[in-house]
Amino acid sequence: MVERRPALALLSHLVLILGVLIVAFPVYVTFVASTQTAQEIAQSRPLSLVPGDNMVETYSRALFGGKGEFGSTKAPVGRMLWISLVMAITIAVGKIAISLLSAFAIVYFRFPFRSLVFWMVFITLMLPVEVRIYPTYQVVSDFGLLNTYAGLTVPLIASATATFLFRQFFLGVPDELVEAARIDGAGPMRFFKDVLVPLSSTSIAALFVIQFIYGWNQYLWPLLVTTTDDMAPVVMGIKRMVAGESYTEWNVVMATAMLAMIPPALVVLLMQRWFVKGLVDAEK
Amino acid sequence: MAVEKRVRFKSWWLPWVLIAPQMAIVLAFFFWPAGQAVYQSVLQQDAFGTSTVFVGLENFERLVNDASYLESFWTTAFFSVAVAACGLSIALLLAVMADRIVRGAMVYKTLLIWPYAVAPAVAGVLWLFMFAPSVGIVSFTLQQLGLEWNHLLNEKHAMALIVMAAVWKQISYNFLFFLAGLQSIPKSLIEAAAIDGAGPWRRFWTIVFPLLSPVTFFLLVINIVYAFFETFAIVDTATQGGPGKETVILVYKVYYDGFKALDLGGSAAQSVVLMAIVIVLTVIQFRYVERKVQY
Repeated sequence: MVERRPALALLSHLVLILGVLIVAFPVYVTFVASTQTAQEIAQSRPLSLVPGDNMVETYSRALFGGKGEFGSTKAPVGRMLWISLVMAITIAVGKIAISLLSAFAIVYFRFPFRSLVFWMVFITLMLPVEVRIYPTYQVVSDFGLLNTYAGLTVPLIASATATFLFRQFFLGVPDELVEAARIDGAGPMRFFKDVLVPLSSTSIAALFVIQFIYGWNQYLWPLLVTTTDDMAPVVMGIKRMVAGESYTEWNVVMATAMLAMIPPALVVLLMQRWFVKGLVDAEK
Repeated sequence: MAVEKRVRFKSWWLPWVLIAPQMAIVLAFFFWPAGQAVYQSVLQQDAFGTSTVFVGLENFERLVNDASYLESFWTTAFFSVAVAACGLSIALLLAVMADRIVRGAMVYKTLLIWPYAVAPAVAGVLWLFMFAPSVGIVSFTLQQLGLEWNHLLNEKHAMALIVMAAVWKQISYNFLFFLAGLQSIPKSLIEAAAIDGAGPWRRFWTIVFPLLSPVTFFLLVINIVYAFFETFAIVDTATQGGPGKETVILVYKVYYDGFKALDLGGSAAQSVVLMAIVIVLTVIQFRYVERKVQY
């Protein structure tokens, strides 16, 4: 603080509080809607901003699915949450594992075509799923991976950013550590396991947060490679509840939205320090 | 930092084993499909997928002459400029305010960063619900104020809806980077200006904003990339490209033409165009952004 200006400080707080309220408003509306009955939402104009008392029913109906009040059947969100969780963790762990290994190879070994390998990984940055939708779908379908966990996760596991991050980090690790390891008779994999990986633990934690959110929030990819309800992650399943039906049970949709938001939001809030580090590192 | 290690391990096979998983995925799911996209973009399939003929650049010619494709280009351009402009200015305002505050800044930061965790698809559904013409609370309020909100009929409303949802989700990211940028500006500069009698407004525009320009430029590129490629889910959940085709952004069109209209050649040609755009954006990001942004 350069100078004392109470009026400006007050203004700052007001702007920030207003900002926080506006940012939080959609989620509050979602929460309120998820505690009411579908009928209350459909009939009350405007929507009441006081939480209703249908919370338990709405959430259990969302989680376990089944027949609705108007006879529509709904896939259980519990299953979707499980798929999302498996998907997010597999993608995050997979990305970290294969990036650690390839960064280790690129930094600590000299082998033919090393820079070609490096550039090939780099170029994947320029080929997001969005620009090669149909052919990638074909590959996955040719491998028979539609509607499988492998199809959902493996194609998303390659990671240029994670590889660069670890490469950058390994380059800064003092050479003396390698020499010391050698004198102690440790081979490359021993050095990797007992020295490099523990040293990178902060970067690993940071990347895990970012990649978990990335995996959890995937939408287009599951839309392509899953066709059955029992392999739909929650972020995608929620769309199926809104679209195509003349009658949308908004309370259940909103409960599903809450359930879809809570895990990644918790990861961000509980691991805030690593999250910020991960964001900044991943863009370097 | 050194680019090469002085001390290395020796093995002719181990490095290949180490890079094998990454290479397998990169080749199978990145390079092969990208090559396929280029290959399919010069082919034309008949409606039943039974015969395929080589048509050269015809698919591209069709694209260039296709009014709906050009329109989609303009839609995307407008959308990404709107998302970047709104997202950056709101986030900058909040970051400057948070930077001024001595006590409680961490609390605000925590309260502002979590939308990053919300999936674009979920963001789309949330905003759709608030603005749904029949049940939405905001659309109701707008109607009370005399604005007949209906994004199912009015293309301006539909565009506004997806811009708001996209900006909302991206604010936390922009905010974090602006705040980090602001905090890295030396306090002595601001103090010197204050002693010379420059007020907060003047100090912001003559010192803070110019020093922040690398961060702003970096975020501009990131936001445009975000609006181009990561907002498919928002469009798909909130408007499905509607009311007519006024919110069909390029990525949505690639998906729609390939999977719904089954025009593989046309979709592949669009993929190739998109790839070119990504390459340009990535080059800009690495050539001009990388070296200037410091944390």
